[in-house]
Amino acid sequence: MAYFPPSMPAPEPEPVDQEFWAHCAQGHLRFQTCSDCDTPRHPPTPMCPSCHSTKTKWVDPGKTAEVFSYTVIHHASHEAVPSNLPYVVAVVTFPALPGVRLITNITDLPPGDVRIGHSVTLWFDDIGGGMQVPRFRPVGAA
Amino acid sequence: MKSKSRKAHIVGVGESIYTKWGGIQDKTQFQLTAETIATALTDAGIAVAEADGLTSFSNDANDAPLMAVTLGLKQLRYSAMVWGGGGGGSAGSVAQACAAVESGQAEVVVAYRGLCQGQGRRFGRFGAGRIHGNFVHPYGLFAPAQMLALLVQRYFHETGGDPDSLVEIALNGRANANRNPRAVMRDRELTREQYFASRWIAEPLRLFDCCLETDGAAAVVVTTAERAADLDADSVEVAAAVHGSGPGWGSGPLGSHNMPDEDYATSNSKLLAQDLFNRADMTPSDINVAQFYDHFSGLVLMALEDYGFCGRGEAPDFVKSGAIRADGSLPINTSGGQLSEAYVHGMNLVIEGVRQLRGVSTTQIADAQTCLVTGGLGVSPTSALILTR
Repeated sequence: MAYFPPSMPAPEPEPVDQEFWAHCAQGHLRFQTCSDCDTPRHPPTPMCPSCHSTKTKWVDPGKTAEVFSYTVIHHASHEAVPSNLPYVVAVVTFPALPGVRLITNITDLPPGDVRIGHSVTLWFDDIGGGMQVPRFRPVGAA
Repeated sequence: MKSKSRKAHIVGVGESIYTKWGGIQDKTQFQLTAETIATALTDAGIAVAEADGLTSFSNDANDAPLMAVTLGLKQLRYSAMVWGGGGGGSAGSVAQACAAVESGQAEVVVAYRGLCQGQGRRFGRFGAGRIHGNFVHPYGLFAPAQMLALLVQRYFHETGGDPDSLVEIALNGRANANRNPRAVMRDRELTREQYFASRWIAEPLRLFDCCLETDGAAAVVVTTAERAADLDADSVEVAAAVHGSGPGWGSGPLGSHNMPDEDYATSNSKLLAQDLFNRADMTPSDINVAQFYDHFSGLVLMALEDYGFCGRGEAPDFVKSGAIRADGSLPINTSGGQLSEAYVHGMNLVIEGVRQLRGVSTTQIADAQTCLVTGGLGVSPTSALILTR
């Protein structure tokens, strides 16, 4: 069963980010990176902001991330989420791939226990329709 | 070098009534906005049909070419809208008006915002079509309060600042609103106990850390010093007006969250503030009173630092010292701001800045000669003005 109910908005891939989501659908987290100067970037853009190359590759940041910031959300701003309240939205960074941050959820812990700097592990949430969404749980959690 | 005779001045202001969300149903948002623009021009002593420029920001729904027809403008010489989300461009829309009159592209430009969220989409809820929506919505990050809470949490982590300092922003706004008959919260007092008993919206932001959702419209009229001198209106000089962003913000907290590390937990105003003070030939100590865009209390803390009123990490102690109160060293948000007067995406803050320099605020700062007004904080672009007399 997916983390949020089926009425939760799903990613709607666009030309600029369809490759990111195609990797996710396969259960792989990959970040767009410049083929010429190796600078990663996220969300995807059509040009490297460092060298202006349009050549890209998709790089594995590893499965371990660190909580850069977070908020515990108590107010439902969409009809899908009341049963999940309170839930944690976090911004995470990747020790193995500095330069990108990802917005995600931290699951499998009491919301009041999350802290900046915590190590978390990637898991993929099958939301149906052939799509998977990357979420994280504390290292060592089930 | 621009001619002194073309230096931009605000010569008129207009406001509708302000009500709670959905409170204005007897007329359309567009009509309310048109009436408010006419009020502002009348305040300036300029015939409505003489306006020749219209500016706004962030996808204002009140289309300028239609507004020009509705108002019967004889000629439209300038129309522009600042990019970006939320209220980042509120002061920027005035900056556009200043650029238009100082460059000679127009003579009388009205910057405006009309917002009746009861007639359209609520900004505080999920909205399809958001830029980078794919990277926020599937995680339940829907509303600006939730998005900017991430910056506030990081700010307290980086600075060691006291999260309980947020209450000072909320209490100051409410105390000022209680003196302001136009304020939606004029009759509702707020105590420290009520603040801490209020529910979490998105930690570390509570209900009273978040701006109101209201209906209303606001407009200001900008013209040249030369034209202003011929009017009976009490005019206020725009000493400097800027809009823009630091590098790498993009959709920033509203989507991408990939601004530079050193800029993450900020209001995105550090570079902008340098430009602003340089152009006004002033320093922060020259500012008598300020109107900070208070969509969320925590961003005001960051802006106090980014604009140079205190050092990094010092804002929590600064606000707890009483410095931002009406009798403090830097009174802020003297109308009650968007936390307690009304949420017109910051145009009401510009008007309060004008009132301070005209000497007619309900929380008047004695002998106010300079006022800083900011646009929406922590987004790209953001914006600011220094008003003087």
